[in-house]
Amino acid sequence: MAGKESGLRMEPFLWTLFSAGGVLAAFLIPVHLFLWGLAFPLGWLKAPGYESATALLAHPIVRIYLLLLCSLPLFHWAHRFRYTLYDGLQIKHLNEVINFCCYGGALLGTAVAGYLLWRIP
Amino acid sequence: MKSSGGAPGYTLNHPRWYRTPVSTYWWLGQWTYLKFVLRELTSIFVAFFVVTTLLQLRALYHGPQAYADFQKWLKNPAVIALNAVSFCFVVYHTVTWFALAPRAMAVRVRGKRVPEPLIIAANYAAWLAVSGIVAWFLLGG
Amino acid sequence: MDQTITLEVARYSPERDAAPRFDTFQVPLRREWVVLDALNYIKDKTDGSLTFRWSCRMGICGSCGMMVNGEPKLTCATFLSDYAPAPLRVEPLRYFPVVRDLVIEMTDFMTKLQKVKPWIIRKEEKPLSEGEYLQTPQQLDSYKQYSMCINCMLCYAACPVYGLDPLFSGPAAIALAQRYNLDSRDQGAKERFSILSQHEGIWGCTFVGECTRVCPKHVDPAGAIQQYKLTAAKEWFKSLLMPWSGK
Repeated sequence: MAGKESGLRMEPFLWTLFSAGGVLAAFLIPVHLFLWGLAFPLGWLKAPGYESATALLAHPIVRIYLLLLCSLPLFHWAHRFRYTLYDGLQIKHLNEVINFCCYGGALLGTAVAGYLLWRIP
Repeated sequence: MKSSGGAPGYTLNHPRWYRTPVSTYWWLGQWTYLKFVLRELTSIFVAFFVVTTLLQLRALYHGPQAYADFQKWLKNPAVIALNAVSFCFVVYHTVTWFALAPRAMAVRVRGKRVPEPLIIAANYAAWLAVSGIVAWFLLGG
Repeated sequence: MDQTITLEVARYSPERDAAPRFDTFQVPLRREWVVLDALNYIKDKTDGSLTFRWSCRMGICGSCGMMVNGEPKLTCATFLSDYAPAPLRVEPLRYFPVVRDLVIEMTDFMTKLQKVKPWIIRKEEKPLSEGEYLQTPQQLDSYKQYSMCINCMLCYAACPVYGLDPLFSGPAAIALAQRYNLDSRDQGAKERFSILSQHEGIWGCTFVGECTRVCPKHVDPAGAIQQYKLTAAKEWFKSLLMPWSGK
C-alpha cells in the first residue's frame, strides 16, 4: 500500500501539529470562548462592535494570530479525533477514509480561514 | 492436526488459546478510561470553537449587518447552552493538557530535574497572563 | 473461628472449555496474606489443577501479574485484607491470549521487547585495555527510572491501545528503548528509532496514562513514550531541514 511507509514518516510531523494545536487551544481558546460565547452574548461585558472588530483586524499581526488560532487547533482535533475513532469505535480498518476526512477537514478550515483573513476589508 | 476428544481445535501439544474480545464499550469499563475518552472528546469542542470563529470571520467579511446578525445568533439560548458546554470541555482540555505536558519533557536545570508541580504552576500563570492580554484587547483596552 | 474471604477465580481448560468460566473458593483471611497466598492455598488444599505463574513472591520477578477486581496487579503485593469482606475476582492478565486458567501467552510481549534492541549499541567497541565506560551519577539519573522495569506486563494489561492494535509496541518495550537511548554509553538511538517508527510502534499511543498508574516499579512508561515522540519529532525536523547530517 503506497501510503504505509510515507504515512508513517508523516506521523512525527502530524504529532507536532497536534501538540502545537493543543498548546494554542489550551492557552487561548478558553478566554476566547468565554468572552464571545458567554460574556458578550449574556451582556456581562460589552462586545466589540463592528468598528472595533475591524480596527483590530487592521493589524496584520492580529490576522496572523487568528489564522494560527483557527488552523492549528483544527489539526489538533484532526489527529486526536482520528485516534478516538480508531480506538473508540474500532474502525481502524477505515483509516484511509478517516485520515482523509480529518486532515482534509483541517486543511479545508485552514484554507477558509486564510481566505477570509486575506479578504476581510 | 490431531484432535483428542473434547473441544475442537485442541491438540496435545498446542492448546487452544482463548482470546478475550475487546468490547466496543471498553472505555465504559473503568472510570480512568472514561476520563480519558472525555479528554479526547474535548477536541470536538475545540473544532466547534474554530468553526464558530470562522463563521464570525465570514460575518465580518460580509459587513456590519452580517456581523450584527452573527451577534444575535450568539444570543440564541441553544447556542449559549452549546457554548457553555463547550467552555467546560475546553477548560477540561486545558487542565488535562497542563497536567500531562510536563511529562513529555524532562526539563533539567543545572542537572537536576525541575519538579513537575513547578512546571504546571508556571503553565497556569502563563495561561492567566495570556488570557488577561487577550481580554484586554477584546474589551477595547 | 477463622474469617474467610471468597475468591472468584477464572478457569479455562482448553481441552474441556470453549470459553473461560469462574470457580468460587473460600480462603482463610489471614492479616498478612496476599492474593498469591490465597491461590497457593487453593492449589494446596482445594483444587490442585489451578494453574498460575509465580516465583519470587516479593515483587521483583514480574511473574505473578493478574487482574484483581479488574485491575492489573502483582498478586504477591496485593493484600486480601484490602478487599475483605467483599469477594475477590482473579482473572488472567487482560489483552493477552489465555493458555490455561490464569496463565497467559506472552510471546508477543517477548518479541516486542527484543525488537527494540535492548542492549548497548556502539559504533565501535572500546578495547578492554582502555578500561570501562565511565558514567557520572547525573548520566545514570537520566535513564535509571526506565531501567527499573521487571517485565511484569501490568502496563500491557492496562493499555487499551495494546488491546485494540496488535502492531503497537506497548509501554514496557518503548520505555526499555528509552532506557538505552538515554544511556550515555549507547550510540544506537537512530537504529532503534527506525525500528519503532516502522510498524506504528509508538504513534498509536494516545497517552491514556494507565500504564504509568499500574506500574509497580514507578517506571512511568507513559512519560518515556511522550519523550520519545518529542525526540522522534525533533529528528524528523532535523532530517528535513538538514538532510546532509546523516550519522
